[in-house]
Amino acid sequence: MANFYTDNPDLKLHLSHPLMQKIVELKERNFTEAEKYDYAPLNYEDAIDNYDKVLEIVGDLCGTTIADNAESVDHQGPHVEKGRVIYADGTQTNLEACRKAGLMGMAMPRRFGGLNFPITPYIMAADIVSRADTGFENLWGLQDCAETLYEFGNDDQRERFIPRVCAGETMSMDLTEPDAGSDLQSVMLKATEQPDGTWRLNGVKRFITNGDSDIHLVLARSEDGTKDGRGLSMFIYDKRDGGVDVRRIENKMGIKGSPTCELTYKNAKAELCGSRRLGLIKYVMALMNGARLGIAAQSVGVSEIAYREALAYARERKQFGKAIIEFPAVFEMLSVMKAKLDASRALLYETARYVDMYKVYEDIARERSLTAEERAEMKKYNRLADACTPLVKGLASEYCNQNAYDCIQIHGGSGFMKDYACERVYRDARITSIYEGTTQLQVVAAIRHVTTGTYRQLMDLYAEMEVSEELMPVKEQLLKLMELYSAAVAKVNEAADPQYTDFMARRLVEMAGNIIMTWLLVTDASRYGSASMAKSAKVYGKMAQAEVEKHSDFIANFAPDQVEIYKEA
Amino acid sequence: MSLNIIVLAKQVPDTRNVGKDAMKEDGTINRAALPAIFNPEDLNALEQALRLKDANPGSTVTLLTMGLPRASEIIREAIFRGADAGIVLTDRALGGADTLATSYSLAQAVKKFGNYDIILGGRQAIDGDTAQVGPQIAEKLGIPQVTYAEEILDLKDGFVTVKRRLENGVETVKAPLPCVVTVNGSAAECRPRNAKRLMKYKRAVSPSEKAKLTPEQQAWIDARPYLNLQEWGAAFVEADPEQIGLPGSPTKVKAIENVVFTAKESRRLDNDDAQIEELVKELITNHTIG
Repeated sequence: MANFYTDNPDLKLHLSHPLMQKIVELKERNFTEAEKYDYAPLNYEDAIDNYDKVLEIVGDLCGTTIADNAESVDHQGPHVEKGRVIYADGTQTNLEACRKAGLMGMAMPRRFGGLNFPITPYIMAADIVSRADTGFENLWGLQDCAETLYEFGNDDQRERFIPRVCAGETMSMDLTEPDAGSDLQSVMLKATEQPDGTWRLNGVKRFITNGDSDIHLVLARSEDGTKDGRGLSMFIYDKRDGGVDVRRIENKMGIKGSPTCELTYKNAKAELCGSRRLGLIKYVMALMNGARLGIAAQSVGVSEIAYREALAYARERKQFGKAIIEFPAVFEMLSVMKAKLDASRALLYETARYVDMYKVYEDIARERSLTAEERAEMKKYNRLADACTPLVKGLASEYCNQNAYDCIQIHGGSGFMKDYACERVYRDARITSIYEGTTQLQVVAAIRHVTTGTYRQLMDLYAEMEVSEELMPVKEQLLKLMELYSAAVAKVNEAADPQYTDFMARRLVEMAGNIIMTWLLVTDASRYGSASMAKSAKVYGKMAQAEVEKHSDFIANFAPDQVEIYKEA
Repeated sequence: MSLNIIVLAKQVPDTRNVGKDAMKEDGTINRAALPAIFNPEDLNALEQALRLKDANPGSTVTLLTMGLPRASEIIREAIFRGADAGIVLTDRALGGADTLATSYSLAQAVKKFGNYDIILGGRQAIDGDTAQVGPQIAEKLGIPQVTYAEEILDLKDGFVTVKRRLENGVETVKAPLPCVVTVNGSAAECRPRNAKRLMKYKRAVSPSEKAKLTPEQQAWIDARPYLNLQEWGAAFVEADPEQIGLPGSPTKVKAIENVVFTAKESRRLDNDDAQIEELVKELITNHTIG
């Protein structure tokens, strides 16, 4: 009986990160809810014990039911009947098991039926779910949308909708349209206000994950005659009211269990969520940030299964009289896969903690005004979360694709057959670097933290932390890489040429990511005394050095006007 | 209609993951080397019980287990999954029981429990593989039994309708309540532990566990009656000392032999119907098959 949480002891170590204590104490308002709810924790240790035990439930469910169903779900997939989505049998079983286990609405407050978990353990759960069935993580992970409903809905909406999510109803975020993909400002779905204050939605949405969900958050044009993002508002559509039908499900390459729908809105009744005109510029941005962190978690789960499948095969497969893992070409690949996995996870959980820190202050601010000190902390962590979210989404999704590629490579010819899980992993991985903003768009979001120095500040912060004797050489090397990074940033900044900055953005962001991830591996490994993390710190450190030096060299030898060489015609 | 449902369960060594040190030199089980788990088919039985509870609001599911005091672990496990309460029947005098003494002891506990509508249990435990205890309890209580159940199809008007999974097919039977139903591993898997229930009940303790806590912890538990599990002894269930434990167990283990099957005798046949038929006949004659 596999348990995808307990078979990975590094996960539990992350629960004991020093920042967790502060997050938990703030989140639990000094444990005052224990009086009112019999499942609320009594103190910090009790809360961590709760997270640990609930993650054990997640790991159990994932290691048995969800992982067992992954193959049949991939083959069967969902289908449409009379405008409604019918999930694959395995998906239905999985959803029912998650409901029974009470794993929906994990991060929602207890008064709405949630578990009041911080984002960090929720993200750990998402990582585990994705390892079991990457496509199912989408359906389960859309409970995230409740966060946006909680943040921007009014009290009445919170009370009507959030308990339903906690009881297991699913959600979707209806943003994309045929002519509005990466550019959401072009959304055309029309929202018309009724005399009774409700709205009617008309139009088409495309590529909507879980588009037949129970509760939809919909981006629509409420301001007639407008053309940009300021004419868009966010709406809540309740499936019980009817008016939205599924026209078709896309036939996708991967995550086939997750229905990607084309939706038609025919005078669908909806209600406004938050204020008019803030739909895209405020609410969807918040929604996307949460979703990006979710995709980063999904990516880490993919890296994990890719690594494990490859490792198992390499140990078992014998050629030339020995297991192929004995060959340097293979054990190097495996170590690098593990290093990329651990690096992605370290940054994922770090980002989740930053998100937790600022969100918990935001939530406290709904009850009372914050002190100047608290406001400053909130601002600081908000900025760190904003800086790390695109970084982890971009890098973790690219790494999981690389790991899925290497996983097949290690399987050799067998990996190209449909007989092994690795071909599904390869297909499932592919979307992670595309949806919720392509890697290229993550770079666009991240570059300002290169130019304004957020990443450099973060590196300096990590450089102050304690490092074990064993990892001191990696630290020394990191300090040198930071100089190369800063020199590259200075060169690009000095050119003050927007096209040149955009051209170099990917390299600079990758350099920042390589250095930050190595720091995290080094400090995590030192703090937790984990041999496997220390190994990954060394392996990833080697890779980071080569990567940073390569980019540094490229930038140093590249004049701004050379961008012209790359232009088409 | 609300039901009083009893689920019989056993904490067993996990014989599905047997390592090299699973057996001692004398051939007995090395319990220390094997993790103690909820007997798998008892979990199938628990799921059937919880479905009855879902369908009949107000019903209660009580887990009854006989074993060492640590068997309270599976009571908590059952409560995390949706059971309401649990009783550990534990007593030194009950030790060393065979199926006859076990079923007598459990039947006494059921009588003590009193008002019940249906008793569910797993078909058999993975440590003994006898499948005798459930049926023997039914006999001792003088009530009907339905074995090899795969699904409880219906329960109303004093009858339960059960789908049985047999060697050559399925059979649907109806039995009057109260009765004992033993459930197959082919039945629906048990639902997972529930996060909220786990956080609420994780500190539930039996009296012997509570005795080891500090006075403050004990007072905290006392303020929350739902955290108190029950422990019953042989005297409490009014068991006859001659019918329990070793004295009540006519089964005597003479010797245990470690049998390893080896493929010593192999025979090559041609792809020829006559030869295959001859072999099948031979195997039937010597009772290897059939």
